[in-house]
Amino acid sequence: MLTALLVMTAVALVLGALLGYASLKFKVEGDPLVEKIDAILPQTQCGQCGFPGCRPYATAIASGEADINQCPPGGEEGIRKLADLLGREFKSLSEEHGVEKPKSVAVIDENTCIGCTLCIQACPVDAIVGAAKQLHTVVAGECTGCELCVAPCPVDCIAMEPIVDTLDTWKWRYPVIQIKQAA
Amino acid sequence: MLRKLFKFHGGVKPQTNKTESTTQPIAQVPLPDRLVIPLHQAVGGHPRPLVAPGDKVFKGQRIGGADGSLSSAVHASTSGIVHDVVPALMPHTSGLTTLSVIIEPDGEDRWGELDKVNYRRTPPDELRDFLRDAGVVGLGGAVFPSYAKLKPGKEGRLKTLVINGAECEPFITCDDLLMRERAADMLKGIVAMRHMLQAEEVLIGIEDNKPEAVAAVQAAIAASGQSGIEAVAIPTRYPAGGAKQLIRVLTGIEVPHGRRSTDFGVQCFNVGTAYSIYEALELGRPLISRVVTVAGNVDRPRNYEVLIGTPMDHVVRQSGARPDSDRYIMGGPMMGVRLPAFGVPVVKATNCILVGSPALFPPPPPEMPCIRCGECAKACPADLAPFEMYWFSRSKNFGKAQEYHLFDCIECGCCSFVCPSHIPLVDYFRFSKSEIWARERDKEASDAARDRFEFKNFRQEREKQEKAEKLAAKAAATREKVAAEGQAGTTSAAAETPDVAAKPAAPSAEDTKRALIAAAMEKARQQKAQVAPKNTEQLSTETQADIAAIEARRAAAATPPTPDA
Repeated sequence: MLTALLVMTAVALVLGALLGYASLKFKVEGDPLVEKIDAILPQTQCGQCGFPGCRPYATAIASGEADINQCPPGGEEGIRKLADLLGREFKSLSEEHGVEKPKSVAVIDENTCIGCTLCIQACPVDAIVGAAKQLHTVVAGECTGCELCVAPCPVDCIAMEPIVDTLDTWKWRYPVIQIKQAA
Repeated sequence: MLRKLFKFHGGVKPQTNKTESTTQPIAQVPLPDRLVIPLHQAVGGHPRPLVAPGDKVFKGQRIGGADGSLSSAVHASTSGIVHDVVPALMPHTSGLTTLSVIIEPDGEDRWGELDKVNYRRTPPDELRDFLRDAGVVGLGGAVFPSYAKLKPGKEGRLKTLVINGAECEPFITCDDLLMRERAADMLKGIVAMRHMLQAEEVLIGIEDNKPEAVAAVQAAIAASGQSGIEAVAIPTRYPAGGAKQLIRVLTGIEVPHGRRSTDFGVQCFNVGTAYSIYEALELGRPLISRVVTVAGNVDRPRNYEVLIGTPMDHVVRQSGARPDSDRYIMGGPMMGVRLPAFGVPVVKATNCILVGSPALFPPPPPEMPCIRCGECAKACPADLAPFEMYWFSRSKNFGKAQEYHLFDCIECGCCSFVCPSHIPLVDYFRFSKSEIWARERDKEASDAARDRFEFKNFRQEREKQEKAEKLAAKAAATREKVAAEGQAGTTSAAAETPDVAAKPAAPSAEDTKRALIAAAMEKARQQKAQVAPKNTEQLSTETQADIAAIEARRAAAATPPTPDA
């Protein structure tokens, strides 16, 4: 009886020590779920979800503080992917957070810009170059189309222009099944 | 010696429709009123224009410089005046425009200065640069820059150089006619390529439905006295003209997924490319024209030597276009792409202008559900399972489609051809491929945005910290300075009144603060006093009077009103 108790205690101690060691040795930094959610989010960093950037929103989703349908740039497809990942039901985009728009980039009207640097400070991805009292311009390739620079501009010289197809970005369309003809 | 030939998997035997256009020799097309030469004519890069509107150009003058590693130069096809450099509709299904040089021919068709090169004495790198600047690209339809392929593999020499004269697609006969009429010159190009690649043997694969071409090439080889070059008639079976399929038939080598034929010592070029390499090296003529088949719904199907940039409807008019024509297809009926307009220019990729009409190409029967019969898998020359890829493409499950090696699909159209349910399988695969590419681009962009966002946050944090540190350091320095001054003051005072010296010398924090404030106020007062009004010379008496009045008002406002006033 006593031997059995001792053996069990010893086994429990050894296993406990092992587990304790493993939890220190293989400690996972950060929440891997947040990483996965962050990878799905479009990284527009627009803040339309109500969080200051995509990562904070990902953290909020992971902790259950935010819903999955608050990201307009991600659109329906993004919501579907999040629903798949988290095993939740699909919901349509929440209206209070905005509507899905075609991808666009900010364009600064060079004749109107006064060089106030407010848009440069607002840009979350440093995609606007310029200096005080110098003409600013948007690096189109880096612009995420978040629209955060539009509101601060005191002279309203920033416009969002939809991205047009080029030969490198043109896509073959989904083959259309002609029901009328088929009938 | 009879060569052992191999078979590739699958393939189909569509009606070839080649006889009508081979009855006549290659004809010249009269100069059109206007040439529209797109600058983007190779797989990679968008060449920058080297001419401006109003410039006079000679035939063969470079008008677009190669841009990047997979790009190739573009040349004026005839002499004339550059009318404009603007985006113009290009021969592509998308109907998009691309920057093009529009030339108004002067009718003289005068060549500029031509540089020839002796390929036997030129180092390979220079030779490749020469071919890049001569705009030589693969004329089989993929327009891959030839200079990039003319590199011997890691071993420094190639085993087999395969020359593709199979021309398996129905209606197209431009390579056939080229081989019949220009075999000797084409062979010179092949010899040059063989020299560049140090190839042991050269195999020219020609489908056996072109006996005249086989005979012409064999005669040219015999006349040239070259050894190790052989023209091989291969069984007619679509798509024997696919690079991997032709290599399989001629050498038995099956190039596996993710590898290149050069890994196995084989490289493949089109016969038209060989001819344009001959023109570039031996005549110094850049690639400014090509042989184009006009077939389909025309009165006289024929092959033409067409200047790059000639509007397609101008070429078709020579063959007698019929009024019921409703579309032009660039390429053949299997792989060709429908063009957005009749007036798009002939480019380096145009091997055939297939004129379509509702009678010739009736609309496809309605698509029916896939019954998973497996006919497509039997016909697939790339050994894929099209019905699986179709299923996943249709449901937009692109990851799965890629698992079935979607990107090994050569879009030959065999699967769509045999499908009993008339499913446009290739359309689904093209859709899937471009979606996957778009997603990869988006992923890259979002990763870059994440990095930039994180860096911006880091930078702001760092700047805040640096500013705080700087302020703290400055405050500490001032405090020390004031403390030192205060100490000096107390010691000098102590010298005069010995009883005060008994008090502790260190001033309290309150005193330091007060001293700081006093110092700052003093500084501000001094600065204010230093400010002198500008532009005070040469004033009119009126202005001076105004100023005096303002000053008086200011002084009155500044003096506090006396209590009894």
